[in-house]
Amino acid sequence: MAYEKKVNELNLKDTELCLGLPGRTEEIKEEQEVSCVKSNNKRQFEETRDEEESTPPTKTQIVGWPPVRSYRKNNSVSYVKVSMDGAPYLRKIDLKTYKNYPELLKALENMFKFTVGEYSEREGYKGSGFVPTYEDKDGDWMLVGDVPWDMFSSSCKRLRIMKGSDAPTLDASL
Amino acid sequence: MNYFPDEVVEHVFDFVTSHKDRNAISLVCKSWYKIERYSRQKVFIGNCYATNPERLLRRFPCLKSLTLKGKPHFADFNLVPHEWGGFVLPWIEALARSRVGLEELRLKRMVVTDESLELLSRSFVNFKSLVLVSCEGFTTDGLASIAANCRHLRDLDLQENEIDDHRGQWLSCFPDTCTTLVTLNFACLEGETNLVALERLVARSPNLKSLKLNRAVPLDALARLMSCAPQMVDLGVGSYENDPDSESYLKLQAAIKKCTLLRSLSGFLEAAPHCLSAFHPICHNLTSLNLSYAAEIHGSHLIKLIQHCKKLQRLWILDSIGDKGLEVVASTCKELQELRVFPSDLLGGGNTAVTEEGLVAISAGCPKLHSILYFCQQMTNAALVTVAKNCPNFIRFRLCILEPNKPDHVTSQPLDEGFGAIVKACKSLRRLSLSGLLTDQVFLYIGMYANQLEMLSIAFAGDTDKGMLYVLNGCKKMKKLEIRDSPFGDTALLADVSKYETMRSLWMSSCEVTLSGCKGLAEKAPWLNVEIINETDNNRMEENGHEGRQKVDKLYLYRTVVGTRMDAPPFVWIL
Repeated sequence: MAYEKKVNELNLKDTELCLGLPGRTEEIKEEQEVSCVKSNNKRQFEETRDEEESTPPTKTQIVGWPPVRSYRKNNSVSYVKVSMDGAPYLRKIDLKTYKNYPELLKALENMFKFTVGEYSEREGYKGSGFVPTYEDKDGDWMLVGDVPWDMFSSSCKRLRIMKGSDAPTLDASL
Repeated sequence: MNYFPDEVVEHVFDFVTSHKDRNAISLVCKSWYKIERYSRQKVFIGNCYATNPERLLRRFPCLKSLTLKGKPHFADFNLVPHEWGGFVLPWIEALARSRVGLEELRLKRMVVTDESLELLSRSFVNFKSLVLVSCEGFTTDGLASIAANCRHLRDLDLQENEIDDHRGQWLSCFPDTCTTLVTLNFACLEGETNLVALERLVARSPNLKSLKLNRAVPLDALARLMSCAPQMVDLGVGSYENDPDSESYLKLQAAIKKCTLLRSLSGFLEAAPHCLSAFHPICHNLTSLNLSYAAEIHGSHLIKLIQHCKKLQRLWILDSIGDKGLEVVASTCKELQELRVFPSDLLGGGNTAVTEEGLVAISAGCPKLHSILYFCQQMTNAALVTVAKNCPNFIRFRLCILEPNKPDHVTSQPLDEGFGAIVKACKSLRRLSLSGLLTDQVFLYIGMYANQLEMLSIAFAGDTDKGMLYVLNGCKKMKKLEIRDSPFGDTALLADVSKYETMRSLWMSSCEVTLSGCKGLAEKAPWLNVEIINETDNNRMEENGHEGRQKVDKLYLYRTVVGTRMDAPPFVWIL
């Protein structure tokens, strides 16, 4: 995503693409969520984003947007479809009812009668042959568990539990 | 009027009720000022830091009803840290000390504690009405004090507050002798509800007109409640999971038919949509329908319900209704005055969301429409021009295109012309919220045409300081201006300092204003509180070599007659 450039540890500030006119120093925000989308020159904004990024910053990454009262946000229902490879029909769950990954995974395990393996950042889920994945706002299929819970729950559009041999491992392509 | 004795003048003033008018009366002459202040019973304070309790009581010793607002509007969207301020306790303490005969307290965006609720409940013998909107800081224990101690309680109205539910027995704290309730709204409570206590309370409250339940009240309880309260005017259904074959459902159907006075329906926090038909018999009487929390009601069930509601004046709905659903609203609800369409899928990108077509349909079908809040995926200038032509009577027009900076999706142009058409046609426009791709041009139009505009919300808009200047120079009646993520800076901020004396407040976050600009403003206008809200570290701002040019993350300034407030937390720096 475009905003990863802010944690660019090589500190190549001069070559870094940034918003706004050259010569201005942009304050780098520490938080994961960017709280503003500065666009002094809107047309430039479209051109100066990272190459990988083909869509504008998603609205779920901007603090306080959309402008909906937090009470309403907390009480909104966000059902996502959950499919499991081989299961005859899909289920739907409300992501808002879970506060973290363990709660979600436990609920999925109960719903589909399986166990998910142990998660590690390096190897994903090992041990059971079931891999929980999700489709994010950009349409990409991601591994559940990599990003902080809040980021996940606000960008997850649907879940798919991949099974055993169907689940391609990253090693397979190397 | 000088020839009339004071009592006569006062009697005439009794017929003048609006705050604006009473404020105007008090400015006519000293004698009227004096008569007015002693006869004033209702006072509205739009910013609790603009004055203080002592001044309030000095001027209006016969106060009976007080309305207070605390945090700035953008606090609703998490842009203001929780500990910023807006504490009601000092107000209640001062009112209690003065022994004023307070009967009604209405608070919005304030921090309320159990301690303040307890003090409130004990200090005013005739206290009748408590309305809390978007407040926080209290628990059901505080509600228990109100229930237990306010002998003549008429209204307990809790709207969208963050309340810590201790799952206690606050409802059973209403004494058996309490029979005066007219309004009871606890829809925002998350915990369990003592159904027995609730039913007994409703049964002994013959004047109960407005009852809004939380999700812990199941269908069979609802059926019993409605059976013993056929006088109900305003009902908030909690949970509506039901089985159409159950006895409870039959009982509910019968009870609903008897509620011939029912005019307003809301809630359905959990709902089985196929059972909505139980409400069809009374739909033709409904003037207000709020289904904005009823995520499970959509599609044909929703449409069927709406088709029965021909007298609807107010509709709050989720965007899952879709453009087609809005067309049904447009052809059915000819009396519609206020529409709010909220985003259902906060992840965005839903196919069922609404577009400019729904808005145009509504504007064409509902000639009495004057207030709209519309969250949508896309918009066009052409649509806005049509809407302006169809509905020149807008008082409030709030449009939120979910993706920031999105242009007209057909022409890829900014939406300046569309919003320009709105402000040009709607001569009574008092409140406006902008969105989409917008240049300085839209602000030129606003400054030129929006003569009655009092509140303007700007996000991700404009190109240069000129934009903000057009607004400040043109909108003579501006009261509240709130801006986020727009390139307005010191030049605009400092151009006309005296303008802020005529305004309640200005909010600017993630804009281009600098610390030295804010300092300059604070120096020129000692009657303003200029607050810098910096959650990271205010000290760092000072030590930094580029101190003056450092951009200010959040600026909130407001006129005040009582100077710097003493209750600001460390991350708020008042210049």
